[in-house]
Amino acid sequence: MTNLIDIKGVTHAYQTPLGPLPVLNDLNIAVPEGEFCAVVGPSGCGKSTLTRLIAGLMKPDRGEVWLHGERVTGPRKTVGMAFQNPVLLEWRTILQNVILPLEIVAPSLPKKDREARAMELLALVGLEGFENKRPSELSGGMRQRASLCRAIVHKPDVLIMDEPFGALDAFTREDLWQTMHELRAKEPFTAVLITHDLRESVFLGDQVIVLSGRPATTQYVLDVKFPGERVLDGLYTPESSAMLHTLREQIQIAQGRAEPGQAA
Amino acid sequence: MNAARKIGVPVAAIIIFLALWEFLVWANGWPNYVMASPSDLPAAYAQFWELFLSGGWSTLWRTVAGLVIAVLAGTLLGMIMGFSRIARDALYPLLIGFNAIPKATLVPVLALLFIGQHDFNTVMMAFMISFFPIAVSVGIGLSTLEPEYRDILRSLGASRFTIFTKIALPKTLPEFFGALKVAVTLAFIGTNLVEIISPHGRGLGALFLSGQTNSNYPLMFAVLIALAFLGILLYYAVVFLERIFAGWAERAES
Repeated sequence: MTNLIDIKGVTHAYQTPLGPLPVLNDLNIAVPEGEFCAVVGPSGCGKSTLTRLIAGLMKPDRGEVWLHGERVTGPRKTVGMAFQNPVLLEWRTILQNVILPLEIVAPSLPKKDREARAMELLALVGLEGFENKRPSELSGGMRQRASLCRAIVHKPDVLIMDEPFGALDAFTREDLWQTMHELRAKEPFTAVLITHDLRESVFLGDQVIVLSGRPATTQYVLDVKFPGERVLDGLYTPESSAMLHTLREQIQIAQGRAEPGQAA
Repeated sequence: MNAARKIGVPVAAIIIFLALWEFLVWANGWPNYVMASPSDLPAAYAQFWELFLSGGWSTLWRTVAGLVIAVLAGTLLGMIMGFSRIARDALYPLLIGFNAIPKATLVPVLALLFIGQHDFNTVMMAFMISFFPIAVSVGIGLSTLEPEYRDILRSLGASRFTIFTKIALPKTLPEFFGALKVAVTLAFIGTNLVEIISPHGRGLGALFLSGQTNSNYPLMFAVLIALAFLGILLYYAVVFLERIFAGWAERAES
């Protein structure tokens, strides 16, 4: 069986005035179709570089990125992106913002169909009735919901998220985790989520990949066995605690604060 | 109520300004040939109204023509500087140097280069004095575009042109209109520089000069007020366009 996302031996360095700065070193990630892959790691370890590589916005120095059995050599229309900053266009309404990718990917699709598709997603994330508002009239959480709709409106097979919930308050963030699960139930996509929040990685991910400090390599892969249904209460069970504890240990190792086997 | 306030407040401010001016002249006992007072102006307008109309029209259309060229050239320069680091490094010193030159010194240069082309010279001066803020603001607007804005379209394979028209251009509009408001007033200075320094008997600047020649001080001040009026007129025309094209940038009053 082939994986939808296959990152094989990717090594990358940025050229800086002080010489090359290696950020990724022999990184390997495999995500089967429909799976949700959460990536955690210390600050500045090259997680955002990873998203740009998968999206085809950058080429790695060495190694290969494969999507759907095709080697990534440039941007593809089957990718959706969401960032920590929702980057909604202030001069467009929420509805027109969500439609934006369709204008690029499916320019021949009638306006009526585009709007219907966008409205369907907006309803799914609880933004019905806000479609004609401007982004500045919405709260941070609502804007991020709209941003997620925009990222999947063109039915991408890969959704790449770079800390999309990072700037939200804790309760709004938990709301959006639920929304994420509801979206996944209705819209099939394979997802890569970059995050700093271990609870988020366990609650959303089917696998959690811990990257080492810079230059980042795959340090640890956690196969998430979420106890029961994916509801928030599930995070407060011994099984979840054990997983979170393992991840905590791995992060400390990645930060260079503990040796393998002796982390507290 | 709101509309009445919007018009009433600035009108009241102008009336207070004129009253203070009148008071200052009266209190100091300045005669007409030192400083004209607002009450002298109606007579000047009544006497020379035909010259004011034709001169005002000359000044206005040449200023607007210069502004239009400044918008086109300034936007183009700004785009080049916004998208290319090399162009930015190369052009900034040149532009700043050019902008630092007193434009009055260029009037004779233009007059010699294009002898007798008064309209052309005047339009050129209005353009040269006003394109700089437009170029700078468009350049900064484009070069400070957050990479995520570009990435949401670039990751879908959108062309640079599509990214420019769908994101970069509209996002720069508020800065552009801010610069245009500055450029409007500058363009009037450019037009009048030529009209006053290189007289050819047209425009409000020429009328000012004839007032000076004849020591008709009320006429000179009447010209200045007419220029101020045209400046305000054009400024509000820009505000009107801004409402249409960049009204989204205005926050609702809370």
